Amino acid sequence: MTSFFLNGQPVTVDDDPSTPLLWVIRDSLALTGTKFGCGMALCGACTVHLEGAAIRSCVAPLSRVSGKHVTTIEGLSPDLSHPLQRAWIEIDVPQCGYCQSGQIMSAAVLLKENPKPTDKDIDEAMSGNICRCGTYSRIRRAIHRASQLATERRPS
Amino acid sequence: MSHLYDPYKSTSPLLTPESSSPLPAKTWQVPRRDFLKTSAAIGGGLCFAAYVPELAARALNNSPANDVSFAPNAFARIAPDSLVTIIINHSEMGQGIYTSLPMLLNEELEADWSKIRVEAAPVDAAYNHTVFGLQMTGGSTTTPSEWERFRKMGAMARLMLVEAAAQKWSVPASQCHVEKGVVIHNASGRRASYGSLVSAALQLKPPTDIPLKDPKQFTLIGKPTRRLDTPSKINGTAQFGLDVHLPGMLFALVARPPVFGGKVENFDASEALKIKGVRAVEQVPSGVAVIADRFWPAKLGRDKLKISWDEGANARLSTSQMLADFSKQSASPGTIAKKTGDAAAALASAAKTITAEYDVPYLAHAMMEPLNCVVDLRPDSCEIWTGTQFETVDRANAAQVAGLPPEKVQIHTTLLGGGFGRRANPASDFVVEAVHVAKIAKAAVKVVWTREDDLAGGWYRPMWHDRFVAGLDAAGNPTAWMHTIVGQSIAQGTLFAQYMINKEGVDSTSVEGAADILYGIPNLQVDLHTPKIGVPVQWWRSVGHSHTGFSVESFFDEVAHAGGKDPYELRRQLLANQPRMSAVLNLVAEKSGWGKPLPPGRGRGIATHFSFDSYVAQVVEASVEKDGTVRVHRVVCAVDCGRVVNPDIVKAQMEGGIIFGLTAALKTEITLENGRVQQKNFHDYQMLRMFESPEIEVHIVPSELSPTGVGEPSVPPVAPALTNSIFAVTGKRVRRLPIRAADLVAGSGARS
Amino acid sequence: MTAVNASRYRHSSGLLCSGSALSLLMVCQITVIHAAPRGPKPDANASSEAFLQVYKVFTSPRCQNCHPPGDSPLQGDDSHVHLQNVRRGKDGHGVYSMRCNTCHQTTNLPGDHMPPGNPKWLLPTPEHKMVFVGRSPAELCRQLKDPKQTGGRSLQQLLEHVSSDDLVGWAWDPGDGRTPPPLSRAETVAQMKIWVEGSAACPQ
Repeated sequence: MTSFFLNGQPVTVDDDPSTPLLWVIRDSLALTGTKFGCGMALCGACTVHLEGAAIRSCVAPLSRVSGKHVTTIEGLSPDLSHPLQRAWIEIDVPQCGYCQSGQIMSAAVLLKENPKPTDKDIDEAMSGNICRCGTYSRIRRAIHRASQLATERRPS
Repeated sequence: MSHLYDPYKSTSPLLTPESSSPLPAKTWQVPRRDFLKTSAAIGGGLCFAAYVPELAARALNNSPANDVSFAPNAFARIAPDSLVTIIINHSEMGQGIYTSLPMLLNEELEADWSKIRVEAAPVDAAYNHTVFGLQMTGGSTTTPSEWERFRKMGAMARLMLVEAAAQKWSVPASQCHVEKGVVIHNASGRRASYGSLVSAALQLKPPTDIPLKDPKQFTLIGKPTRRLDTPSKINGTAQFGLDVHLPGMLFALVARPPVFGGKVENFDASEALKIKGVRAVEQVPSGVAVIADRFWPAKLGRDKLKISWDEGANARLSTSQMLADFSKQSASPGTIAKKTGDAAAALASAAKTITAEYDVPYLAHAMMEPLNCVVDLRPDSCEIWTGTQFETVDRANAAQVAGLPPEKVQIHTTLLGGGFGRRANPASDFVVEAVHVAKIAKAAVKVVWTREDDLAGGWYRPMWHDRFVAGLDAAGNPTAWMHTIVGQSIAQGTLFAQYMINKEGVDSTSVEGAADILYGIPNLQVDLHTPKIGVPVQWWRSVGHSHTGFSVESFFDEVAHAGGKDPYELRRQLLANQPRMSAVLNLVAEKSGWGKPLPPGRGRGIATHFSFDSYVAQVVEASVEKDGTVRVHRVVCAVDCGRVVNPDIVKAQMEGGIIFGLTAALKTEITLENGRVQQKNFHDYQMLRMFESPEIEVHIVPSELSPTGVGEPSVPPVAPALTNSIFAVTGKRVRRLPIRAADLVAGSGARS
Repeated sequence: MTAVNASRYRHSSGLLCSGSALSLLMVCQITVIHAAPRGPKPDANASSEAFLQVYKVFTSPRCQNCHPPGDSPLQGDDSHVHLQNVRRGKDGHGVYSMRCNTCHQTTNLPGDHMPPGNPKWLLPTPEHKMVFVGRSPAELCRQLKDPKQTGGRSLQQLLEHVSSDDLVGWAWDPGDGRTPPPLSRAETVAQMKIWVEGSAACPQ
């Protein structure tokens, strides 16, 4: 049995500790916002946060998160209020949408660590996430926009 | 009349080419590329289905706001709380039709846009493509083919709701109007919400005459409108096929042969069965299925399988050999696909001739969501959940495997994590296989393909070779153009052969974009060799245009340079009789600053392409680093796709198609040696990434003509615009995709 | 330069003696380190010859991929630039949502092209990049002796890095599909020791 916190809730699963976290989240815990794209940490569709840092859940064994806090796209905000989600809606970033959970989870770490990212920062933070539909230019715009929205929301 | 609901027809199996088609003959036989030529006829002769198909009705009964909902037709349902559900018969794979089709319907319905909901249609003849006669999504045809029907469906509902209000108030319907889902009596100002009129409207007969708005009155069509599906795609709630979760569901992976057409000789499952969670390992027609409680044990179990394969006839296939063979074959003319004037004679008398050969590889679709399919097979029913572009075909094929009549097979179309043509498979490979697995699983089962399975799974864009000879007169104008194409037919051996391959044996999709070039060249010959090769091939975003766009527009650039002409000016000159293409060409030249100075080391390339009845021109700005790495800085795109329903979605499709085309130009190829696909995952089938993606500008030419294709037409011109820009900056002509850095290193002997 | 805590790794090597090939290597290397001073002092010629052996190891993909020019690590036996625009970052651990341990675990994952792993996975810091790629033997030799470039590390500390550092040790247990360096770790350490103790002569 392995226990950890998923979006703030304690969970316990009986999957083998070597099972990639992705499949524990998707199949055992039936939370499917986190996506399978490659299984080799090449596409970023499975990105989640482990104690606030981005990890590719398709290669992270369940044992790595034991006792720790994991956040998935479902836990980013309860009501689409995260500045990235607001910007994503404003700019209508997604096409098929499949990679977008991972894109947003990667962008969230970027913005947390660098509230005013440059294009170069975006290139460095976001090039681990593939979008086959080619929404990159909108993702870039939306990250800049989210940066503005986050600043506007800050008191005083 | 052919579109009226016919329960008999709707449940007939899809027949083989030999048997007569159960589908409406007139529409069924229209080849895809001729589609828009017939669109006037569609508009004129179409009858609309004012009924609710049985399966849709079942869904209705299960819905929470159930029994008194008003469903005037198969496409709209209005609940007492005024919520409007629009039933969409095409698949949402990113192209935005879950927003643009509701825009069409609501342009006429005039409900409150915030009350619009979308639901995927069940499989039913009512939902067949207005031209192809199948329930399907493809060919960039969704908006063009539904342009009239969805508006009519909305208008029908509005007319009935207005009539219901008018009867209630005992006033003529003509004295009422609607605003945001409320019927208003002009004189008295009395108001009734759509929801309040549901019961009354249910009693009315649908109107037969359904006039549509004058486009000048459009309030929704043509306005940038936010996508309805965005919120669900950014909070994890959007349901793709892979996300379907049924109680007690099992998971399966299938080990497929290492060579196309291979068969299982025997296998040893003993090690696989030792993996905790593996339930069963059994042979299916496509390989060996490992069924487990979860995906991961199924994967581990499959890794442990020992299978010996009969590799069959394709075990020696080699793409490097094919490359040489294709080139050899192109030296002699193939079957004539197009002949204007006398190209051979014009070549003989030309002041100058030039020749060039181009190659493009097999390409996988590589949708981000790997293929998957959930099947719940019972003795008398089969329920399928999957992201498909081909409901009618899949249902017929699934029914055959399940041993059930098609009406006992229900397909729930989920969102598609990308399609690009792969999920419109003539053999329904991923659905049929899942039904076979379900027979063994004896429980609901989700068959998942890994990325490796997806890339090695075939159904690729064919490998193509294009050989050109052009003749120029003394002034540098092309007088003769001969184009020999070598490559597999995507229709051959499928039930589409009869519609796509002419009696001479030319598959129209092999020569599209080549046989119908818009340039005014007096002597033109396009011919085709169609080798039969054991690699399954299929439509891939922009289909034949994906190779002809590159080869034709690159060679056109060569012709311009050979004749001492500016590539833009020569295009302008030869498109003089093509006003729509001229307009996009001039617009892209203006917006890109064609002819103006660039920073040192940068070049510009230009290309145009007509596909899916849309006109696109692009200019790429690129540079080449010392190590041969290509940097794409900026892409400017102009498009004329007729009347635009949602400009922001059109822009998004242009942007996406450009990235898709650049990925093919710069990154991807599927190669085979000893019959084995060499690429495994995104490390050797690389996608363009954020740091490599250019700035993209899209300009739309305003038009009042009927809408044309949007999902595909931006793909073909971007590769040639890029390679033409590389020529402009390096003097090196790229004639083979993907572009290889080694060919562009300073001092390398690249062909020029 | 990868942070080295030699004593920590010497202590922990005992824990690693669980029968794996790696732990045997570590026992071996410790023996070499402690046994070395007894021998006769090698001459400069032998020292520089030994460095050429070490150089072969340092410029093998397993070592040089993490000692790249520029700020992107390299990958694979062909030492191509790491996909995904991976960056060094201020601490050598990457940036933002592209930290080394975003993908790299504490151990290698099975399968070709799967992310290799080690608890310390990182690049040298930007202050002391210790570039191996493209260096001639003489250049690399001088660089290793230049405290400005090594972050003040002595040759003895560098020797310990090679002999004891867990991440360096990964090079000899690189997982599926990766070729180990041309010399074993013990041989590498032995040659490096000859080089260091023979006045660390540099090839010309």
